[in-house]
Amino acid sequence: MAVCLVISLVPCKEAMMKSKLMLVILVVLTVLSVGAQQKEIRVLLANHPYGDLLKAAIPEYEKATGVKVNVESLQESQLTTKLTTEFATRSSTVDVFMTRPLQEAKMFYKNGWYEPLTDYDFSDYPKNALDVATFGNKAYLVPLVTEWEVLYYRVDLFKKAGLSVPTNFTELEMAAKKLNSADIAGFASRGKGAAAVTQLSSYVYNYGGTYLDKGKAVFNSKEALDAIRFYGKMLANYGPAGITNMSWENIMPLFQAGKVAMWTDASVFYGQIVDPTKSQIPAENVGIANFPAGPKGNTPYIVVSWGMAIAKQSKNKALAADFIKWATSKELAKRGMLANITMARNSAWKDSEVRAKIHPGLIATQEYAAKYGIPYDRPYMSAVGEARDLIGEVIIESINTGGASTKLESLARDKVAAVNSLLEDTGEYGVY
Amino acid sequence: MAIKRPKGSFLEKNLHIIFPLPAVVFVIVMMLFPVLYTLFLSFTNWNLTSGMPLSIVFLKSYQKVLREPRFIAALGRTFSFTALAVAVETILGMIVALILNREFRGKGFTKLIMLLPLVSTPVAIGIVFNLFYDPTIGLANFVLTRFGLPRQAWTGSAATVIPSLAIVDIWQWTPMIALILLSGLASLSSEPYESARVDGASEWQIFWRITLPMVTPTLLTALILRTIDALKTFDIIYAMTGGGPGYASETLNVMAFKYSFEYFRMGQASVILVFLFMLVLFMSLLIVRMRKSLEL
Repeated sequence: MAVCLVISLVPCKEAMMKSKLMLVILVVLTVLSVGAQQKEIRVLLANHPYGDLLKAAIPEYEKATGVKVNVESLQESQLTTKLTTEFATRSSTVDVFMTRPLQEAKMFYKNGWYEPLTDYDFSDYPKNALDVATFGNKAYLVPLVTEWEVLYYRVDLFKKAGLSVPTNFTELEMAAKKLNSADIAGFASRGKGAAAVTQLSSYVYNYGGTYLDKGKAVFNSKEALDAIRFYGKMLANYGPAGITNMSWENIMPLFQAGKVAMWTDASVFYGQIVDPTKSQIPAENVGIANFPAGPKGNTPYIVVSWGMAIAKQSKNKALAADFIKWATSKELAKRGMLANITMARNSAWKDSEVRAKIHPGLIATQEYAAKYGIPYDRPYMSAVGEARDLIGEVIIESINTGGASTKLESLARDKVAAVNSLLEDTGEYGVY
Repeated sequence: MAIKRPKGSFLEKNLHIIFPLPAVVFVIVMMLFPVLYTLFLSFTNWNLTSGMPLSIVFLKSYQKVLREPRFIAALGRTFSFTALAVAVETILGMIVALILNREFRGKGFTKLIMLLPLVSTPVAIGIVFNLFYDPTIGLANFVLTRFGLPRQAWTGSAATVIPSLAIVDIWQWTPMIALILLSGLASLSSEPYESARVDGASEWQIFWRITLPMVTPTLLTALILRTIDALKTFDIIYAMTGGGPGYASETLNVMAFKYSFEYFRMGQASVILVFLFMLVLFMSLLIVRMRKSLEL
């Protein structure tokens, strides 16, 4: 544009025109420089309850500091896409962003996209939450939100059927069988391949299996396959129709419409399940219980689902560091807790006002998971997206055959080999 | 009248370069560069999960990706989805255009209503159709059961997911074909019809022998546009199924997206995109050639 302007104006040779042009340029430059004097940072948030809370609170920060915060909110996978594209092309102006430690931290760290947080006080965070934030001896992200797997159930339906809340997989199956009807699915959990991997993890752990062991894929072990078969059987027999294409965003409306009796998923959804503007089920009819135990005990996942980080290439690191301190502060963590968001800070859970307001089921299950839980809900590796799709194929095969597939072993063996070759490609095979 | 070549200023001498310059710059920066860069990337092993800088591997990525069963399956799906959607759209579009070509009350209003699917946002359409297709609480199964028909899994089953997605595409794009054909029909001269009627031709004969041959050029234009677009369909599939269940609705474009932004295998994703680009180019050339041979 400017080039065309210059080209077209050069031959005019009219002094008047030239001086006018100079004037215009001067005005534009003045406006730009005045604009540049205000301190600004660019922050990318996720469409997550905490992202929404921050977005609403940012005007307070702007007022207190005079820093203008340019916020963009994106759905989680689009957030990863945007960050990756901007960072990989080295064209980013992002200063602070929300990040998913288990999904992307390894890759982001490897590519050098995180700025180390040397000046942050991490004393208020649980140790297993810091494990996923730390690479080498430096922390690269602040844990924001934790989540763990729970069992949501319909109190009224259980009462009507004279059932007590299942505490192990046998009872879970019996309850699902009894509650299942033409109108209501006895049980639901994610069935959409890759999305199901995280919620399946607690089943795998409770059967005594795991996804990765010492940097090698092991989800074809007998224990893991027993868990995958059980998961497939439960969903095929008692799950809603079309479950292999359903993630939480498809199951939640069914639960809210009263079409599901039990649902195992992340603790983070409680607030939305009982939101009277969205749900037909009164809050008192929604129960939260510990994830049921399996043959090898009860160690559900408890993970840092979201963290916050400073971009390595940020040109406003001091401002970014100040912002991140505010955005992950104790005060805001308390506000998050009061809005039913399960925050990572220890102090947030000890606050008496919070404890008085929050659902006792959330407090009890958090205490259990924090004590006994496993801090991973997926294979922790750089190529996690692809690995989840590969495990997802095994899950879908199991659901489609009601857990009885005769080729599950060979399918799982192939997928284990594929995940191992991904680990080799990224230099992570056997590294732990 | 001869155009007097202006003399004097640089601007006036070079008008023929300067005026199209913005358009040329736009095409180079926004169209040519991305295509060439994708082509370049397809010869590299750029992979963000490894954390390694990219290196040129020439045709290695092609050898790997083009042989993968998942790629071949996605290619087949791209064709079956396109064929199903475009075939139904063409037939329905023709029927609608023939109906709208007659005079009746409320014709203008009907045409206006028909434009609505065209201006809707694909992702919004996807979300609404997902609710509509929900096997448990969706309207689609409610209607089926009211008529005593069995419930369907719609997008929830590998067997029905492609037709279910094609229905959405058909809903959205049939009006476009109908409107293009309608403009073709409206421009036909009435003389052949009058003489055919005088000669006692049936309505079917008139359609088959007169209308269809005469609108074929328009029909082919509509076909080119729709085929190219349907081969590249991404938004609706991504919003509704993300390529699932499993990979049952994964077309080339969805696969390329997953390879780039979920697996971060940028080099291999570029291979898929270069292939898709060639495919669309080839199909367009084929149809253009067909159109030419028909016009001769």
